[in-house]
Amino acid sequence: MARLNVSPTRMVLQNLTARLKTSTRGHKLLKDKQDELMRRFIEAVRHNLELRREVEAALAESFKDFMLAAAVMSPERLEEAVSFSKFQMLAEVTEVNMMSVPVPKIRYERRPHPDFPEAESQQVESYGYAQTSADLDEAIERLNDIMDKLLELAEVEKTCQLLAEDIESTRRRVNALEYRTIPDLEETIKYIRMKLDEDERATLTRLMKVKELINEEGAI
Amino acid sequence: MARKTWHKIAVVGDRESVLGFRALGLEVCTPESPDEIRKAIDRLATDCAVIYLSERMAQQVPETVNRYKQKLTPAIIPIPDSQGSLGLGEAAVFERVEKAVGSNIFEE
Repeated sequence: MARLNVSPTRMVLQNLTARLKTSTRGHKLLKDKQDELMRRFIEAVRHNLELRREVEAALAESFKDFMLAAAVMSPERLEEAVSFSKFQMLAEVTEVNMMSVPVPKIRYERRPHPDFPEAESQQVESYGYAQTSADLDEAIERLNDIMDKLLELAEVEKTCQLLAEDIESTRRRVNALEYRTIPDLEETIKYIRMKLDEDERATLTRLMKVKELINEEGAI
Repeated sequence: MARKTWHKIAVVGDRESVLGFRALGLEVCTPESPDEIRKAIDRLATDCAVIYLSERMAQQVPETVNRYKQKLTPAIIPIPDSQGSLGLGEAAVFERVEKAVGSNIFEE
């Protein structure tokens, strides 16, 4: 705690009192914001963790199938089979305000690829069944099943990331106000008050002394 | 206030792991060296909303991943690859908890 380097005058006192009021109010608001952010963060992160565990387990299964498919098919054939998707996954990102933190809201859409406008959305595989292994179908089927979860994970995880960053900076601001700005202001205000009171007493005694001297002179 | 645009979704990882995503209509990228990974991410970042990055590759280019941390898009999400999970994705979640809360309240 340190006293601010200001001259002890009434005007400064007035300014500092106003600043203390603003700081106290700001501190209260920020503290509330921090609490609410924390509540939402914990909620989101719990969901995030669950989703991540689920997705990772499912991905591992899909990769296993994919390895099997890769083992029985020639690499060129495999590449060829998956290379021409009739669909395009697109995402629409909307910025949502969560406690003044911009977080993304992501909506997904599977659209027919521009080259295959007539593709039907039920069929996922874009290759013929004749030259591919059944493991490939299964791997892709599995991937398709977890796609929703995977996309949700993206949104939740990004939200958590942004919230975490903001919580940290909010906490810094709350702490700076609580442990630095407000005590400093309080101490300075106290110092100015004391100084002004002291000056007042000094003036008073001086006046009394002067009056006494004048009276003595008048008596002579 | 709300900006609406359609973005692509990308997957970056080694060939065996990410080929399947291509069949689902995601943008797939299979860089080989750390330098190529960096370039691929920076290129994809301009028009992708989500980039799924294999953990093994995320490990090689931490600065690039960190650079996009505070931006709204793209969301760079680590995923395990065909050689199994390194647990980095979960570690990143815990790291965020620790950063925000001060201690890891989920640790078993």
